Amino acid sequence: MKKSNSKSPRKAGEGNNLGLVSSVFAVVLGLLVGLVILLICNPGQAFAGFGTILTGAVSEGLYGIGMVFYYATPIICTGLAVGFAFKTGLFNIGASGQFTMGGFAAIVVGITLPQLGSVHWVVALLAAVLAGALWAVIPGLLKAFANINEVIACIMMNYIGMYAVNWAIKDTPALFNKTNNRSNAVASTANIPKFGLDKIFTDSAVNGGFIIALLAVVVVYVILTKTTFGYELKAVGFNRDASKYAGINEKKSITLSMAISGALAGLGGGLLYLAGSGKYIEIVDEIAAEGFDGISVALLGLSSPLGILLAGLFIAYIRQGGFYLQLFEFSQEIIDIIVAVIIYFSAFSLIVRSYMMKRNAKKAEKLNIPETPSPQIPAPLHQPIPDEEPKAGDVGDQTTDEDPQQKEEGGDE
Amino acid sequence: MDYIIEMLGITKEFPGIKANDNITLQLKKGEIHALLGENGAGKSTLMSVLFGLYQPEKGTIKVKGKEVKINGPMDANALGIGMVHQHFKLVHNFTVLQNIILGVETVSSGFLKMDEARKKVIELSKRYNLAVDPDAYISDITVGMQQRVEILKMLYRENEILIFDEPTAVLTPQEIDELMNIMRGLVKEGKSILFITHKLNEIKAVANRCSVLRRGRYIGTVDVKDTDKETMSEMMVGRKVNFGVDKAEAEPKEVVLDVKDLCVVAKAQGNTKKIVNDVNFSVRKGEIVSIAGIDGNGQSELIQAITGLMKLDSGRVTLRGEDVTKKSIRYKNTHGLSHIPEDRHKHGLVLDYSIEENMVLQEYFTPRYQKSGFLLKDAIRENALKLIEKFDVRSGQGPITKTRSMSGGNQQKVIIAREIARDPDLLIAVQPTRGLDVGAIEFIHKQLVAERDKGSGVLLVSFELDEVMNLSDRILVMYEGEIVADLDPKEVTVQELGLYMAGSKRGNVK
Repeated sequence: MKKSNSKSPRKAGEGNNLGLVSSVFAVVLGLLVGLVILLICNPGQAFAGFGTILTGAVSEGLYGIGMVFYYATPIICTGLAVGFAFKTGLFNIGASGQFTMGGFAAIVVGITLPQLGSVHWVVALLAAVLAGALWAVIPGLLKAFANINEVIACIMMNYIGMYAVNWAIKDTPALFNKTNNRSNAVASTANIPKFGLDKIFTDSAVNGGFIIALLAVVVVYVILTKTTFGYELKAVGFNRDASKYAGINEKKSITLSMAISGALAGLGGGLLYLAGSGKYIEIVDEIAAEGFDGISVALLGLSSPLGILLAGLFIAYIRQGGFYLQLFEFSQEIIDIIVAVIIYFSAFSLIVRSYMMKRNAKKAEKLNIPETPSPQIPAPLHQPIPDEEPKAGDVGDQTTDEDPQQKEEGGDE
Repeated sequence: MDYIIEMLGITKEFPGIKANDNITLQLKKGEIHALLGENGAGKSTLMSVLFGLYQPEKGTIKVKGKEVKINGPMDANALGIGMVHQHFKLVHNFTVLQNIILGVETVSSGFLKMDEARKKVIELSKRYNLAVDPDAYISDITVGMQQRVEILKMLYRENEILIFDEPTAVLTPQEIDELMNIMRGLVKEGKSILFITHKLNEIKAVANRCSVLRRGRYIGTVDVKDTDKETMSEMMVGRKVNFGVDKAEAEPKEVVLDVKDLCVVAKAQGNTKKIVNDVNFSVRKGEIVSIAGIDGNGQSELIQAITGLMKLDSGRVTLRGEDVTKKSIRYKNTHGLSHIPEDRHKHGLVLDYSIEENMVLQEYFTPRYQKSGFLLKDAIRENALKLIEKFDVRSGQGPITKTRSMSGGNQQKVIIAREIARDPDLLIAVQPTRGLDVGAIEFIHKQLVAERDKGSGVLLVSFELDEVMNLSDRILVMYEGEIVADLDPKEVTVQELGLYMAGSKRGNVK
């Protein structure tokens, strides 16, 4: 029984911008909290430090921007992985494991098959995509056929992936660099070409991987919004039973959703370790952070491909800026705190947003009825007077039908 | 006169709409007063005003002759007003007793004192003939029992004025009868009841007086015993409603659906009961065959086995002369079968999809809506606009309205529009009018008859006897998983049908 006090009518169209508004709101609040932390740590340097967070990435011109693109590349991919799964009703918390497997497959191909020549990097990247997909298909199959919660299966797969990769690298002399306790460098043919980006962003680590990530954004957008395939996947995500009723093979859809999600995460792993930027798989017992960054990026980007691109760039941007925080005797971890706070607020703003959208929908339903194009059609049931009862504050919730699910489903968004 | 509640000249406006326009409602002590109105007539708003959830712009509320100001449900409760909501407000993993006392627990220095509460609950349940087990968990008892718990909650709080909000929507016919008896008993004990409904039979059965609302306006109050159903429905809808269904004699043609020896065995562990037991029947083109029966006698399982939502254990289903027992749901969908499912939220709609997306749920992959894997959005939009117009689907934003935000009646129309537009040879409709008001019911009945007259076979499953009697050309009665009678609606009375449904009579099954 909630009571709506506001009487200002809102137009339904405003709902479209709410997503952006709520994300910006989260970002601003997150940054303000960051400023407060800086003020507590070292009041004298706080504002200078804050300025660095905001502008540090561009302080060295194109080099900084190139670095932003470089850092953004893997987290855009894992963000897409998580966002794609979200859109199809799955929570792929296993992006880390898929990312690691993708990276591993990429370096295996990158180190062992130099005879491939000019297509070497393509094959290595494809191996990464495939490995990520395979790693995600396992929880996908479990979910589809045994109804095992994908979150739990994915978490397990993260650990299995991390330990298996550490063990495989350590046990294979060709892959293992004992001195530095990390994987060996891949053959130079396996490095992703720069596609001329090094000419623009001189000295930065940016490479063609960024362009591939952009392509992935477009592909995911097209699949989700334009194709029958995406229509099916989303339908299954929203309502498995109704999809089954409609004749959609819901088990296949769930498995494929996970496979594509995993492929995107695996792509992220491949793009990072084939970047030719001196990044290697470190043999440490830690789950790849890029996977969890993907969750943050997807949340902040509201799971939409364009949103994910922007969110990935933003997080990379303040990370790059945060790198210079050390100049002001701040520790770089403050950036991670800021990112975490932003995610908190974006989760919070999701609640605000869904509340606002529901309210707008109700208002719209009430206000727009006379405008609906159905006045003098055969046997109208009612006279064309607004007939929808305001439901915002029912006693209980007497919606017009008695399925108790409606309320429950409505409540848990 | 001795009114216990008077709501005088209540006006409540929302931006752009007068939800309540000068409404007067007077409840006498010791009467059952029905509040009748279509979906969206303003009943809920009026009750929200009574419970203090809304403050009216105009009007006064008097309780026992004294003007009162109600600022919230607690105030209402203090004035002795209680309500059984349509969707019960119970904690499922609590016992009956725990639910009843929730919020008004008897405590001594912070510890619960259940004994007193238990005594009072047992006493109440005896006095009002509301048999419940106080230690049963809510999740283990039937919906009818849960409703009793809600009634006991009000009685435990010593409410004098009991409001029942569409209490029969979730009940089986027997449970409805029991509820009616309970209501009569409550009134005898001096309680006053406000009974919100749009079912005229129930009003005729129990109510003394009836106030009618239409589109936020007060139409009038009538004495139920002096007023016939037709008059009341005219007051409610604003025009004459045809209760009987106008239909010509059926002209059955060839068989479109044939079911042979169909069995479904319960899947629960250790349970080998046949939920559907050796069912045989057929439906011909150009006839409406109803499956009557009390909810839970295997009708849902039978339909799900035919449509493919559930696996059947043995038997054969033939559609248009082709054995489709092992075919996929999609195959059946694209070979002449349409299905208006029982649960419109679980199966019928993807609630987070818009109207236009829902309207192509079984056809999005056909060349009409898709080209090399890409959706043809224009065709999808056009289809939705056409169906919205033809079936008078009302929504806030037209084709792009999310179906979740729509009223139940309009959601159902989306499904019916979609299923009928697919031009089926066999239309299976399960409880197609459940929870809808008379106007919408009339519309849907007309559509089903029109489908029949176009030459489709219609298989209707309904728990509403009137619907079965009015619509069918043939009635099959299902009891305990078996078809126990094959009847001609012209030769059978409602009473007889009831006997078959209750299992106390069996007929010849052809």
